[in-house]
Amino acid sequence: MSLGPTPYLVLAAALFSIGAIGVLVRRNVLVMFMCVELMLNAVNLTFVTFARRLDDIAGQTLVFFVLVVAAAEVVVGLGIIVSIFRHRTSATADDLRILKG
Amino acid sequence: MIDSAPFIPAFPLVGFLLLTFFGKRLGQPKAGWLGSGAVGLSFLATLVVHLGLLSHISEAGNRQHTVHLFDWLSVAGINADAALLVDPLSVTMALFVTGVSMLIHIYSVGYMKDDPRFHQFFAYMNLFVFSMLVLVMADNFVLLFLGWEGVGACSYLLVGFWFERKSAATAAKKAFIVNRIGDVGLLLGMFLLYNAVGTFTFFVDGGAGALQQSEAIAGSTLTAIALLLFVGAVGKSAQLPLFVWLPDAMEGPTPVSALIHAATMVTAGVYLMVRAAPLLDASSTALMTVAVVGALSALFAATVACAQNDIKRVLAYSTMSQLGYMFLAVGVGAYSVGIFHMVTHAFFKALLFMSAGVVIHALADQQDLKKMGSLRRYLPYTYACVIIGGLAISGIPPLSGFWSKDEVLLSAWDENKALWAVGIVTVFLTAYYMSRLVFLAFEGRERWRTASGDNASVGTKAKEEPVADHHGGGDPHESPRVMLIPMFVLAFLSVVAGVLNLPGSSALRNFLEPVLGGLGHHPELATSLEVTLALVSVAVAIAGIAAAWLIGRKSAPWPQSLEPRLLARAWFIDPLYSLIFEKPGAVLARWSAFAIDDRVIDGVVNGSARLVGATGSGLRRLQSGYVRSYALSIAGGTAVILLWVLVRSFS
Repeated sequence: MSLGPTPYLVLAAALFSIGAIGVLVRRNVLVMFMCVELMLNAVNLTFVTFARRLDDIAGQTLVFFVLVVAAAEVVVGLGIIVSIFRHRTSATADDLRILKG
Repeated sequence: MIDSAPFIPAFPLVGFLLLTFFGKRLGQPKAGWLGSGAVGLSFLATLVVHLGLLSHISEAGNRQHTVHLFDWLSVAGINADAALLVDPLSVTMALFVTGVSMLIHIYSVGYMKDDPRFHQFFAYMNLFVFSMLVLVMADNFVLLFLGWEGVGACSYLLVGFWFERKSAATAAKKAFIVNRIGDVGLLLGMFLLYNAVGTFTFFVDGGAGALQQSEAIAGSTLTAIALLLFVGAVGKSAQLPLFVWLPDAMEGPTPVSALIHAATMVTAGVYLMVRAAPLLDASSTALMTVAVVGALSALFAATVACAQNDIKRVLAYSTMSQLGYMFLAVGVGAYSVGIFHMVTHAFFKALLFMSAGVVIHALADQQDLKKMGSLRRYLPYTYACVIIGGLAISGIPPLSGFWSKDEVLLSAWDENKALWAVGIVTVFLTAYYMSRLVFLAFEGRERWRTASGDNASVGTKAKEEPVADHHGGGDPHESPRVMLIPMFVLAFLSVVAGVLNLPGSSALRNFLEPVLGGLGHHPELATSLEVTLALVSVAVAIAGIAAAWLIGRKSAPWPQSLEPRLLARAWFIDPLYSLIFEKPGAVLARWSAFAIDDRVIDGVVNGSARLVGATGSGLRRLQSGYVRSYALSIAGGTAVILLWVLVRSFS
């Protein structure tokens, strides 16, 4: 017996919204970063749901790409964050506006 | 032999190029001799072509040859080739242009001695001769226009040759601009003619040339074409009302005045009229206009010449007056007479200008007749030359001027007695002002001794400046032989040039017959009437000389009452033009400098810069550096797009 796509999509939407709001309202770079990951995975969940529902492998394939890109992003992003922490005691996103040039 | 026609303009062109690139290295006086030699070779080439043309006399009665050089303009059905027309008219023009120019070049070697831009002067002169030859030998209107403009440009360069003097620079600009006004007429006339006949070429075998189809053009169009061409001629030949540039052009070196403003350039207008005779001849309105403008210019200029104090200005107005005679001749249909007078005038006017140059040199650049006097004792050769030139221009037999001027007057009599009357009054004035010039310059007291505080200063300046060292201090003395010999040649020609077209033989007229054909008319007056008219004109001329003689004897230097300001200022034409055209023009220019340039043009330029700047500083605020605000705009943008998609899918 199957639940149908609706609960999955609701969950995905909820996760995405939490992530988006987190990116917008939090100042801590690390937390913002985690929120971005949350949004990515919400999208992944949607992909998988629809792939299953439409019986189309393309959605699942795309999820793999997203995972790979997310992993690479995590590497680069964490590297930047770590190096920021080396130079300053705290790291809020607003402190980094000096980078605007 | 006719095939050597391209050499005629080629020599001066080569001379110009050589002088431009190597003139400075050649130095003085070699550059001058190179220039003279180029024109001399051109003269020889013209002689050869002339002989060739004479030997062609038997061939089909058609003595027109076209020497095709290369295809020049071939656009959209317009064909204007670089081709030379060799016919009696163009060869006559080329002969006297190169001949007189050669003499003037030689004279200039002496006159321009020690000028810092000696070689440049000869380069310009050669370019001028080249342009003039292109003008007279062109076989179509476009090439003629090229020469026409070249002559104008060279005139600008040469009048303004001493451009360090402000007056010379202004005069050069004036000459150029006034000429342009005439050029507009010439251009419009050309276009109208092209529109009517579809070709620029003068003569085409089979009768399809621009000048061969006058009967195919509607009467009013033909009149318009003829009059527009005449406007061009008026500008170039300094007739009323476009004469104002000629007197001012005397700011140029004297050989330039002799070359351009007496012998060659100003005759281009007359040449154009004679060349376009087939068109003119078909329009009595145009002919009448030409005759009236010519006669009035002759009279007007003669009156002004009577009251001028600058020796060169007297001669300049005299040139305008004599050109008026030429137009008068053309206007009454006596085209060959116009050419005849042009040739004789070239000789004696060049002679007079050269003599004036000697006088000016002898008195250390003094041009004021009132500060001359008694030069006969110091400049005997020049005096003789001026007497010959003066008698020739006054029309005293048997000098050349008598024969040509008499024929002009005869033709005028035959056409219209009033024109003749204007001509005869001008004869009197001509004799009067030339005699006045002679008396003021060569007779009377030595006014240059007392009047020349500036003369003495020039004498001291001569110590430092090598330019003046041969005329500073001491008594005035003759110029070197290099200047005198060309004058003697011209004096000889001024005496004998009448034989070109003596009443019995009419050699020039017969020579030009193939070109002018059955055009115009030749007065067939009774011999007794001709003799009477000739006697009248001689008597009037002698009366003019006598009047000047009586006045000159009695009151020296010259009574003020005979030089009213009206005449001295040339009937206030210049101030009038300045009032009508220059002042409103200046006001308009100043207004548009303020309103158009400052406001509109600068406004657009500065405004667009300011707009970009404002946009930039506005947009810069968006880059705050806050990641959350970027993220918010991304989220907002996404929301808007989603909303739009939703609205679209529901509606």
